Amino acid sequence: MKIARPLRFTAVLSVAALSVTGCTGTTPEAEGEGPIQVTSSEDSCTLSTATAPGGTVTFNVKNEGNRVTEFYLLAEDGLRVIGEVENIGPGLTRDLIVVAPEGKYVTACKPGMVGDGIRADMVLSAAPEGQNISTDRAEKQRQAVTLYAAYVKDQTGQLVTGTGEFAKAFTDGDTATAKELYPVVRMHWERIEPVAESFGDLDPILDAREADLEEGQEWTGWHRAEKDLWPPATGYKPMSAAERSELAAKMVADTGELYNRTRELTYTPDKLANGAKELLDEVATGKVTGEEEIWSHTDLWDFQANIDGARIAYEDLKPLLSDSDAELDASLQQKFDELQKLLDQHKVGEGFVFYDKLSRAQVQELSAAVDALAEPLSRLTAAVVK
Amino acid sequence: MRSKASATAGTGGDHVAPEAGSGRALPSRRSLLVAAGAGGLGVAAGALGHAKLGAAQEPAGDVVAFHGPHQPGIATPAQDRMHVAAFDVTAEGRRELIALLTEWTAAIEQLMRGADVGESGATGGSYDAPPEDTGEALGLSASHLSITVGFGRSLFADAHGPRFGLEGRIPAALIALPHFPGDALEDTRSGGDLVVQACADDPQVAVHAVRNLARIAFGRARVRWSQIGFGRTSSTSTAQATPRNLFGFKDGTANLKAEEQKALDEHVWVGGATGAEAWMNGGTYMVARRIRMHIETWDRTSLREQENIFGRTKREGAPLSGGTEFSKPDFAMAGRGGPIMPVDSHVALAHPSANGGVQMLRRGFNYTDGSDGLGRLDAGLFFIAFVVDPRTHYVPMQNAMARNDALVEYLKHTGSGLFAVPPGVREGQYLGQGLFG
Repeated sequence: MKIARPLRFTAVLSVAALSVTGCTGTTPEAEGEGPIQVTSSEDSCTLSTATAPGGTVTFNVKNEGNRVTEFYLLAEDGLRVIGEVENIGPGLTRDLIVVAPEGKYVTACKPGMVGDGIRADMVLSAAPEGQNISTDRAEKQRQAVTLYAAYVKDQTGQLVTGTGEFAKAFTDGDTATAKELYPVVRMHWERIEPVAESFGDLDPILDAREADLEEGQEWTGWHRAEKDLWPPATGYKPMSAAERSELAAKMVADTGELYNRTRELTYTPDKLANGAKELLDEVATGKVTGEEEIWSHTDLWDFQANIDGARIAYEDLKPLLSDSDAELDASLQQKFDELQKLLDQHKVGEGFVFYDKLSRAQVQELSAAVDALAEPLSRLTAAVVK
Repeated sequence: MRSKASATAGTGGDHVAPEAGSGRALPSRRSLLVAAGAGGLGVAAGALGHAKLGAAQEPAGDVVAFHGPHQPGIATPAQDRMHVAAFDVTAEGRRELIALLTEWTAAIEQLMRGADVGESGATGGSYDAPPEDTGEALGLSASHLSITVGFGRSLFADAHGPRFGLEGRIPAALIALPHFPGDALEDTRSGGDLVVQACADDPQVAVHAVRNLARIAFGRARVRWSQIGFGRTSSTSTAQATPRNLFGFKDGTANLKAEEQKALDEHVWVGGATGAEAWMNGGTYMVARRIRMHIETWDRTSLREQENIFGRTKREGAPLSGGTEFSKPDFAMAGRGGPIMPVDSHVALAHPSANGGVQMLRRGFNYTDGSDGLGRLDAGLFFIAFVVDPRTHYVPMQNAMARNDALVEYLKHTGSGLFAVPPGVREGQYLGQGLFG
């Protein structure tokens, strides 16, 4: 489990939200003629130029007003959002980096975040030589998030079924079956961990480790069951049948709630890419160190599931990468393959070796492969949101 | 810095000491060198001595006063280097413990003055005996060395009952800290009967201090854990710029400052204690936490997320609600999708306004202890805070942060200690005398 939740998935369906990403940064750097300076004040929106080459275009937006402002690049119809940068506090400067082909556009500053904003026309000329700009980038973004939404729905569906089976075995005192199911069912959770963790109330009650608890806080969820299935040698009082039954029933109910909430979730390309990066963080800090499953030592199942989830997000986003960063695409493909090959060496039947059976050298090797993938993966977001 | 320090002399934070070498004590390490040069060790040494003489004309310039109503190293402008050591007392008798504290008091007075430890110092003793002072600080100035001593809960009682005749003397605020969410504390980095915090501009001076105090303690107390820190992470004076932590952010912009006398009296110094706790008046409580940072995963985080996690811009340190570093954060300012200062940002949770107005005097340091065997730096923050009562000024805030702070995902608390820091020492007293007297 993760205590914080920096990834916020929104349950509010918004057509615009699918395409309004846009990469923001603060480095004034762009191909061609340098960033376009935008000054947003209470009653004006000044651009340093109304014409620029297409391709990768950078706007350097400074808020000189006293309210939060936003800046939008809209299509010629003034409706479709090509890119936006929001939450620019008074006195602050943010960049908007978009990939946009030759054509007519509308720019808008929105001081106070209300209304249509202060608008102006803008013309982008042909992109500099060598820049391959597809015109259907927004459509590709839409496809990516649609695919990912389907994946989350599928995994939560399987999680509900698996949790039910696990709960039955655990309640019935069928410890052998429960121990077999534990790592396998958890994989559905681990594959979509950033989504599951975005529900700050469900995450701790389903996935808290003992060390994550505050003094006096009730411990429920997977890891509570884990400790009872793989109890410490001394000083542990096994759960009674009634306690097991109560815990299992709560896990089923809470997982059902997760299922319901994920039906209407919508995503954006940056959320997918950040989620992939988060999954690798989880592997790096929790799984490769054996801290996630301290009683069952089934960390490699979680490891595999986290990598699965990251890979799915990457593959869904892949069409966007070929335009903006083919080199990164090739590097990610290679690093995912290398890590998987290494992980395959630790497969035993349908599962994996237990973490405590890994040698120090094997852990170091896995850790290095995780870092090798995580580094280029951290550049995915900036590449797909342009 | 010095004029600032003088202005705050009344706070006990940083009185500038009288010039070194006045009377009974050994001359400073610098003037010793000068003497050696003058002693005719050759032309080169003589020349060295002459050069040092020039420097020695401002002897008290970097000396922090030891005596005063409060111990140094708390409201003292934060130095750049730290060596903290916690000790387990192995002596069993009260008299032995008092003797140790008395010897430490004398040595600390010498160390902070920039003098050698002991009567014969680093080179003045018998040629057939090991020197009293270990000598690695010879030629170095006092370097604003401050030494602060505190008492852990385990000094007062252990599993067998009260120790050192301290029955009924444990202050109510010196609690056993609760388990906080996500704690991964290591026993060998936590607790301790005594703590010594040595801070200085020069790391060698700080290490020299701890080394010599540990040496004096042999047979009566042994080092339980120790930690070296570099790069102060807080400013404790308005004259100091806000430094950066290893996440690359300015942290502690809203920290208590030595100039804020009223706030220090309210949030840092114990006052008005009576009866069995009266000895703590003028003292404070020191919270020490070794916080490992997952800096590799942090470094892979987008700048947008980094700034949202802190609630400040990275370069300037301005709150995301706008302005400059010292602009007041506007937690009510709306942004797209919630307040522009995210509710789980570090500033939103750590700000006094989110904590019932309580403030801490933070005085932590960055640390790096090699790597962890998995190719990652074992690096982070050695958090130190001085508060009037940890029950109101630390525990609630740490619980809230561990639960909600977006930053905790990148943190792991691996060490912990809470110590009662007795008041400062007057001439002729020893540290903590009020507790034993």
